[in-house]
Amino acid sequence: MALLEIQSLVKSFDGQPVLRDISLSAQKGEFITLLGPSGCGKTTTLRIIAGLERPDSGRVLLNGQDVTDLPPDKRNVNTVFQNYALFPHMNVEKNISYGLRVRGAKKKDWQDCVAEMLKLVQLEGYEKRMPAKLSGGQRQRVAIARAVVLNPDALLLDEPLGALDLQLRRQMQRELKIIQQRIGITFIYITHDQEEALNMSDRIAVMRDGRFEQVGTPEEIYEKPQTRFVAGFIGQTNLLDGEVISVDGSMAKVSVGGECVLSAVGGYMPRAGEKASVCVRAERVHLSKEKTAFSLTGIVTDRRYAGGVMRITIEAAGQTIFAQTENAGAFAPGDTAYISWDANASAIVPQEGA
Amino acid sequence: MKARRSGGRLMTLPILVWMTLFVGAALIYVVILSFLTRTPEGFGVTNAFTLDNYRKLLDPKYLKVLWQSVRLAIHTTLICVLIGYPFGYFMARTKGAWRGILMLLVIVPFWTNALVRIYGWRILLMANGPINEFLKAIGLIEQPLKLLNTYGAVLLGMVYALIPFMILSTYASAEKMDWSLVEAGRDLGAGAARVFFTVTVPQTLPGLLSGCVLVFVPSVGLFFISDLLGGATEALAGSLIRDQLLKSRDMPFAAALSVVLLALTCVILLLYSRAGGKSSNLSLF
Amino acid sequence: MRKNRFAPVYLTLVLILLYLPILVVVLYSFNANTSRFTFEFTGFSMQHYEGLLKDTRGLLAALGSSLKLALYSLSLSVVIGTLGAVGMAKRAFRLKNAAETMISLPIMIPEIVLGMAFLAVFTFADLPMGMPTLVIAHTTFCVPYIFILVKGRLAGMDPALLEAARDLGANERRAFFDITLPLITPGIVSGALLAFAMSMDDFVISFFVTGATTTTLPIKVYSSVKMGVSPQVNALCTLTLVAVAVLAALSNMIKRRT
Repeated sequence: MALLEIQSLVKSFDGQPVLRDISLSAQKGEFITLLGPSGCGKTTTLRIIAGLERPDSGRVLLNGQDVTDLPPDKRNVNTVFQNYALFPHMNVEKNISYGLRVRGAKKKDWQDCVAEMLKLVQLEGYEKRMPAKLSGGQRQRVAIARAVVLNPDALLLDEPLGALDLQLRRQMQRELKIIQQRIGITFIYITHDQEEALNMSDRIAVMRDGRFEQVGTPEEIYEKPQTRFVAGFIGQTNLLDGEVISVDGSMAKVSVGGECVLSAVGGYMPRAGEKASVCVRAERVHLSKEKTAFSLTGIVTDRRYAGGVMRITIEAAGQTIFAQTENAGAFAPGDTAYISWDANASAIVPQEGA
Repeated sequence: MKARRSGGRLMTLPILVWMTLFVGAALIYVVILSFLTRTPEGFGVTNAFTLDNYRKLLDPKYLKVLWQSVRLAIHTTLICVLIGYPFGYFMARTKGAWRGILMLLVIVPFWTNALVRIYGWRILLMANGPINEFLKAIGLIEQPLKLLNTYGAVLLGMVYALIPFMILSTYASAEKMDWSLVEAGRDLGAGAARVFFTVTVPQTLPGLLSGCVLVFVPSVGLFFISDLLGGATEALAGSLIRDQLLKSRDMPFAAALSVVLLALTCVILLLYSRAGGKSSNLSLF
Repeated sequence: MRKNRFAPVYLTLVLILLYLPILVVVLYSFNANTSRFTFEFTGFSMQHYEGLLKDTRGLLAALGSSLKLALYSLSLSVVIGTLGAVGMAKRAFRLKNAAETMISLPIMIPEIVLGMAFLAVFTFADLPMGMPTLVIAHTTFCVPYIFILVKGRLAGMDPALLEAARDLGANERRAFFDITLPLITPGIVSGALLAFAMSMDDFVISFFVTGATTTTLPIKVYSSVKMGVSPQVNALCTLTLVAVAVLAALSNMIKRRT
C-alpha cells in the first residue's frame, strides 16, 4: 500500500483551473519532487496534501485512509514553508517544540526532542536564538527541525532552498538528502530548479498547467522524455523537428530536413509518417569533419568557451543545434560539420499540438 | 470554513453595532435635526420640517462667522505648510539616532494636554508676561504690547496645536522618498532649487496633502483656542455651535452648523482624493 | 553630500517654539508668587504642589475622574477595536469598505461635530449627562485608533504563520492565541497608549457630554484658566507632563523593539 496517494485532484480558483486531474502515489521513504515552472500548480498540490486547501474533487489518502476533509491539524503530514514561516516571537527552541507543546508534551520531553533535532540539523547551541538573528540557511534548518520533530508520515517542502544563494543551496541539497535518508520519511519536494530535482529525487513529477507531464526517475526524465515540454524543461536540449520514416522495434528512422537520422524510441511510441521531434542533449551531440551514416550536415555559426567545455552553435536543416564538447578546436564559425549521436542517447517526442 | 466565517461575524458585531449607533446613526440624526423646528423653550424639537435653520445661516452675521472660520483654517494650514514642511523634510534627512530623538521631541508635546500648552502661550503673551517683560528689559518697548486677545494670538495657538500633524505627515512621505532621484537630478545638471521643485516636492506631495487635510479639518472645531487666546475678538464656527447648544439651546440650528462643517470636511476629503491622496495616509500612527 | 548648516538651526528653532509654552508652565509651577493675575517670577517654591495635594476636591478630583474615564473607555475600546480588526480581516462583505470608513470617521471629522452629535443623541435618548455618557463618547473616538493600529499589524503579518501553526497541530483557537494575539499585541498597546492620551487630552467632546457631577481634568483646567489661574494648575500640568513623557518614551521603546 502506498503511504501517500492523491487521486484525480481538481482545483480551480475563481473559475481559473489550477489542477486538472492529477494522481500520484508515494512509498514510504521516497523522495518525490514536483518540478515545473511557477504557476503550474505545484504549490496548490502541496497545500491540498497539507490540508491548507480543499480540492474541488479528488481524494488524498494517507496510509490508505481518506484525509481529504481533515483540517491540517488533524493529519500527520508537516510542511516546510517557502519562506520558512518561523514564528518571529518565539526562539528556536520554542519554534521547534511548538507542535509538541500543542500536543501537551511535558517540558522535559520536548527539550530532549529539541536537542535531538538541533543535532540532526547541526544547530546545537542555538536554542535561545530568535529567528530574526538567524541566517537564511539556519532558518531553513529550524523550519525543517520544526516539521520533522513531529515524526510525520510525509514532509512537504515548498521550494525550501529558493531563498538561498547558489553555494548554500548546493550544500543544503546534500544535507537535506542526508537528513531524509537518516529519518526515512517520505519527502514531497517542490522546486522549479531542474538540477536540484535531478540531484535529490527518487522520482520526479514534471508539472505543467495543472497536469503531470511525466512522472519517473531522474534518469527516465532526463534520458527518455515523453513530451517536448519535459525535454525542453530539463537540461540543454536540441529538439530536431522531422518526420518519422519507419519504426523498427526500439529504433526509429526520422527524416530531418531530408537527411535520415536514427533515434531510440523512449516513452512515446511514434508511428511512421508522423511529425515528431528527435530530442538530443547538447552534450550527446558528436561533431565530425567527415560525413557518416545517419548524420546531419550543418555549418558552425558560433563557438564559445563555457568553463571547461566549448559550446558550439550549428545551423542544420534550417534549425539551430547546440553542441557541448571538450575538443572543438577543429571547428570554427563557417566550417561545415557533420552532426551525429548515439541513437540510444536520444528520444522521440511528439510535436506540440500534434 | 463555515465556523471561521461565523467567528468573524461574531467578532465584528460589537464594533459594527457600536459605531453604527454612535457614529452612523448619530450623524444621520444630526442631519435630520437640522431640518426640524425647535420648541419655543427648552432644548426640545418638534417634528415639523423646516429649512429655517439653513435660511438663518444666510444671515450676514453667521455668514461672517463661517467665513472667519474658513479664513482662519486657511491661514493656519498655510503657516503650518511653511513651517512644518521644511521641518518634516529636514527630519527625514537627519541620520541615525537624532532622527528618533527628533521624532520623540515632536510627539511629546503632541501628547500633552492641548489646553495646557495653549495656557502656556497665554502666560507668555500676557501684558505682564515673559515676552513683554523681556522686550521691556532690553529696551525695545516701553509700554507692553497687546499680544493676547488678538487674531495673531489665535492664529499662533492654532498653528501651534496642529503643526505636529503637518510635520509627521510630511516626514512620513519624505522618509519614503527615493533620494537617489535628487542626486540624479543634480547629476543631470539641475540646480538645487530646481531639483527641489521638480523632484522633491512632487515626491513628498502625498504627505503635504494629507498634512493639509489633517490641519485644516480639525481647525474649524477647536473653539477653546480662540476662547483662551483670542478673548472675544472673533467668533468662529466652533464657538458658535457651542453657544447655540449651551447658551441659546437651539439644537436644530447647531445641527445645521454642524452639517455645514461636515459638508466642508467632505469637500476637503473629496478634493484630497481627487488630488490623488490616499485615505491610509490620513492615519499617522 | 554637502552638509546642510541651515537644517539643525531650523529644527532647533522650531523645537524651541514647540517647547516654550510647556517650559513656561513648568517654570511657573515653581513660582513663589501666589497672585492669580500677575506673572512676576518671585522665587522658587514648592507651595503650589503642596496646595495641590491638600486640595483633593478640586484638580486632583478632576484628574481622578479623567483617569477613571480613560480607563473605562480604554478597556471597552481595546476589546471592541481589537475584536473588530481581527474579525474584519476574516470577513468579506459588500459594505466592508463603507463600514471601515464609518469606523475611522471619528478621527476624520471635526471634534465639535462629533460632540454635537453625541449631545443630540444623548438628549434624544434622555440619558443623563455624566460618567456613562462620557464613557460612551470617549470609547467611540478611541475605537478607531485601536482598530487602525491592529489592522495595520494584521496586514503586516505573514499568513503562512497561521498556516504553519495549523500544520503543526494547533486548532484555530490555539493558533489565534499562540500566534495572532502575540503578534498584534504591539499594535494593541500603541493603540491603547494613543487612545489613552487622546482621552486624557479631550476637551471639546467631553465639554458637550459632561454633567454637573463629573468634571474631567481638561474641563477643570479650561474653567480655571478662564477664571484667572490658580498656579496649582501649573503644578498639576507639570506632573502630567512628566507622566506623558514617560508614556511616550515607553511607547517608543515598544515600537522600536518590534
